[in-house]
Amino acid sequence: MRVDVDMDVCQNYGQCVFAAPEVFDLDDAGDLVYQGEVDDASRTDVEAAVMACPVQAIAIPD
Amino acid sequence: MARIVVVGGSLGGLRVTEGLYAAGWDGEVVVLSAEEHAPYTRPPLSKAALTAAPDLATLAFKQRPEAGRAEWRYGVSAVSCDLDARTLRLSDGTDLSWDGLVAATGVEARRLPEVVGTGGHVVRTYDDCRALQERLTTGTRLVVLGAGFIGSEIAATAVRLGCEVDVVALDDVPMQAPLGREVGAAIQRRHEREGVRFHLGRGIASFTCGTDATRVTLEDGTKVEGDVLVQAIGSAPATSWLAGNDLDLTDGLVCDNDLRIEGRRGVVAVGDVARFPNPLIDDVPRRVEHWQMPMDTARRAAATLLSDLTAAVVDTAPFAPLPSFWSDQYDLRVQSFGSLAVADRAEVLEGDLDDEAVVGYFRGDDLVGALLLGMPRQMVRVRKMVVAALAQRQECPRDRDAPAAGGAA
Ligand SMILES: Cc1cc2nc3c(=O)[nH]c(=O)nc-3n(C[C@H](O)[C@H](O)[C@H](O)COP(=O)(O)OP(=O)(O)OC[C@H]3O[C@@H](n4cnc5c(N)ncnc54)[C@H](O)[C@@H]3O)c2cc1C
Ligand code: SF4
Repeated sequence: MRVDVDMDVCQNYGQCVFAAPEVFDLDDAGDLVYQGEVDDASRTDVEAAVMACPVQAIAIPD
Repeated sequence: MARIVVVGGSLGGLRVTEGLYAAGWDGEVVVLSAEEHAPYTRPPLSKAALTAAPDLATLAFKQRPEAGRAEWRYGVSAVSCDLDARTLRLSDGTDLSWDGLVAATGVEARRLPEVVGTGGHVVRTYDDCRALQERLTTGTRLVVLGAGFIGSEIAATAVRLGCEVDVVALDDVPMQAPLGREVGAAIQRRHEREGVRFHLGRGIASFTCGTDATRVTLEDGTKVEGDVLVQAIGSAPATSWLAGNDLDLTDGLVCDNDLRIEGRRGVVAVGDVARFPNPLIDDVPRRVEHWQMPMDTARRAAATLLSDLTAAVVDTAPFAPLPSFWSDQYDLRVQSFGSLAVADRAEVLEGDLDDEAVVGYFRGDDLVGALLLGMPRQMVRVRKMVVAALAQRQECPRDRDAPAAGGAA
């Protein structure tokens, strides 16, 4: 499955990192890095991240 | 068909509705929303959304498809409720019966009685934000009453827009109650470097407020004048619709650890209005007015309702969500984990309060929370540190028989 983060909207709140640590991470500068293509096993976690993002930056396009 | 009524259609109401269907509820859900808008996120209302005409479409929450199975009644509020008869009286004059009830009514912005009807602003809703945003142009003189998070954020946003900003508050430093004196003072210095003027530690002797002019006289005679007044003096839980049911309504709705209101089956509360004990901290029921909590409480409250109304087997582990919040002022991200509210002492663990820092909050010798000023790289590590400290306390509590702080359960 695909994961999109609108990096113009993302404010690096990191809530997604707590919801789906296998997909989202903060790099050394505190900026979000994530995997754009993830295993379907992570779907529940990614959905939780979509809900947890305070600025609605994350989408699952399919 | 069995019916659950959700009173309040914001973050908590939305997530509990999704949670009910996701957990297998196959009855009706009716959501009553006093506001006319589909649920939207509030944190930007004192930050980015004040800088340009706010756009509801970008503030609206992403919803799970399940939310669409509910009947959403916008612009309709609950006026009163009979918990024994299981009925609600609505603002459109109709009655609605229910089998399960969710209180998700959040809090309302407090207003000084002198300001009601005078053109003074508050910021709680999208409509509030839009009304204030229209007034914030270069050179506007803004008077902010209150120096909590919301007042401080509005001050920061307005001064960056070119407004002249005066903040008036009873506390000695901004955000004194949640963050403590030292951290509050450090954040105040940042505001002052940006040009915000503070008038703190003094009450208001008198004031006049109109749509275009406001004048505040403080106890010591200081006069503060401005064009626009915004009140950010705290909030009051929206519980008047539950009056007459013999509930304790002094500070929100008192819940058990499964979020049942005073232990009543089939009646739960979520979000800002819910006052519940969190075993991660102690057994004192507290309200938590932070964005993360409506989601955590919604999940648990949905499970509780399902177990009360159907034969569903639910999670019986104690409900122990990690409190957390963030605030943005200028380029500073303030982020916390754990419960700063119960701490009796704060200590800088890393860095410098005037630059970037990690601050530990302690109750006795126990770490109960931590605050980051900036330091985004440390966020994941600090959160882990707090989770570990709280988990350890929970396993071997030192202060079990000490009187709990904050009292009044
Ligand atoms: C300006 C602002 C900035 C914020 N910034 C942050 C931040 O940076 N970080 C953070 O962690 N948190 C922040 N918060 C707090 C966060 O937004 C709240 O914790 C969250 O909105 C609580 O959600 P809720 O659903 O419990 O209540 P609310 O969002 O208050 O929703 C309650 C809803 O119920 C409706 N209602 C009330 N009474 C009735 C009735 N009788 N019948 C029907 N409907 C009713 C109300 O109109 C409202 O729509 C901020 C809040 C504000 C206002
Ligand atoms: S939760 Fe949202 S804002 Fe925060 S880092 Fe993730 S995508 Fe960005």
